[in-house]
Amino acid sequence: MAKTEGEKQMTIFVTALTIFILAVFVGFEIITKIPPTLHTPLMSGSNAISGITLVGAILSAGSQHTVFTTVLGFIALVLATINVVGGFLVTNRMLAMFKKKK
Amino acid sequence: MQQATIINLSYLIASVLFIFGLKGLTHPRTAVKGNLTAAIAMLIAVVVTLLDQNIVGFGVIIAGIIIGGAIGMLLAIKIKMTDIPQLVALFNGFGGGASVFVAGAALIEVSVKTKNPELHLTVATVVSGLVGAVTFWGSLIAFGKLQGLKFANDVRFPGQQLVNSLCALSAIGAGILVVLNPTSIIFYWLLVIVASVLGVLTVIPIGGADMPVVIALLNSYSGLAAAATGFVLGNNILIIAGSLVGASGMILSSIMCKAMNRSLGNVLFGVLEPTADTASADEVYAGKVKSTSADEAAMLFDDARRVVFVPGYGMAVAQAQHAVRDLATLLESKDVEVDFAIHPVAGRMPGHMNVLLAEADISYDKLKEMDDVNPTFQQTDVAIVLGANDVVNPVARTDPKSAIAGMPILDVDKSRTVIVIKRSLSPGFAGIPNPLFAMDNTLMLFGDAKKAILDLITAIKES
Repeated sequence: MAKTEGEKQMTIFVTALTIFILAVFVGFEIITKIPPTLHTPLMSGSNAISGITLVGAILSAGSQHTVFTTVLGFIALVLATINVVGGFLVTNRMLAMFKKKK
Repeated sequence: MQQATIINLSYLIASVLFIFGLKGLTHPRTAVKGNLTAAIAMLIAVVVTLLDQNIVGFGVIIAGIIIGGAIGMLLAIKIKMTDIPQLVALFNGFGGGASVFVAGAALIEVSVKTKNPELHLTVATVVSGLVGAVTFWGSLIAFGKLQGLKFANDVRFPGQQLVNSLCALSAIGAGILVVLNPTSIIFYWLLVIVASVLGVLTVIPIGGADMPVVIALLNSYSGLAAAATGFVLGNNILIIAGSLVGASGMILSSIMCKAMNRSLGNVLFGVLEPTADTASADEVYAGKVKSTSADEAAMLFDDARRVVFVPGYGMAVAQAQHAVRDLATLLESKDVEVDFAIHPVAGRMPGHMNVLLAEADISYDKLKEMDDVNPTFQQTDVAIVLGANDVVNPVARTDPKSAIAGMPILDVDKSRTVIVIKRSLSPGFAGIPNPLFAMDNTLMLFGDAKKAILDLITAIKES
């Protein structure tokens, strides 16, 4: 029996939910191992990763559905790029300072 | 292979690299590489997204990336290390803002294509708009507070919690309207406006020392907003990267809350008030506080074998980290063992002190966590408290009624001598007097943190 559109959508949603929950667990496992010394770089680095919305912004701005969605996409694109580029750069600047001396 | 397959496989590679990148952050030795790995993952995700066949306008994309990239680069290069907390708050807000606009654009597209979008899509859009707008405005207010801007001063008024609750309920109401009328885009913007007000109202009453929790929480929100946007677009890389960040922020907030022995609810909605029977400053300090001079204090180091620095936000304000490094180096040249005791909530964001001391070239293995350093205070000859207050207040251990009762503290009072460098006897964020300042083994060195340390260096060299 062929699936209805609604059933197909539900399958996609459940798969997405599965990925989400499992990724949260992976996140918990890794982050708890990060030492307090690196908590600031962790925040700014993970902050840069949360700029992944950039991918969504590219899709919104690039598909040029209407002028309005393109404008929304463009604003999102600028904000997310600042987040990503600035985030990774400043994290790199910070981490480069952590040195061990004899 | 189909384009969509190539894109999704590349997203999988990027996700794995994000995880390896975060794993690299578990040690200072591998951290630079970890950050680079995550940046490469981002690059892969962005480049393959450009292959998507729905994309027709590359000009807009290139323009956006150039503008955003230039601004981001400039901010990241120009920022002073003491100002990192506000920069992180600002970037965080931008990420949340981006989610709001992407989800809004997606809702418009979907509602034009089909008159009846799937329920999970509209719910995800609501979550994305709500969390994104709270993150954006909450982060902007946090940025303003950390930068010391007037508009972001702590605002408290009677009935604040009621107003906040009503605002939260209105936001949920607006969200339900969006779900019921997905094709009326006006309801989405209504939701965004209400959520923006909620973001401002939630963060505006929260004071300086609670900032580490707020920033960590907003960090978590920006990840969750990205993940929700992933649900809207059916995009796995957004879901995975967003949930990794969401988890990271949640863990950090809970670590910060534990370090203050407060619940998240108490930090966000509670007010720290000295209880009625808190000893007044006069009772605690009168006639017992001993003030000292740099020359006098310098003599303490003559026969010291172990010295521990306890930095707080005051060190950041005075930009004293380089002077501290010089003093530490000087003491080490006299065969004194020097360590740094870092309280988890010292400063304005998690790990704030560590970054400043690393900037001043202090080896990271000298930066000791609370649990490791506390047992060593008994063998410490001189503890130098530098612009820290509540995190060294012994009342937390002794008075169960105090505002900071049960908060884990650095046991500096167990050292042979404590030098407290501070401008005045003014209370810390908790607003209570600190009996440490009046103890027999404590000497107060009043003044600016940087100047006091420089004076100490001169005095030690001359003696």
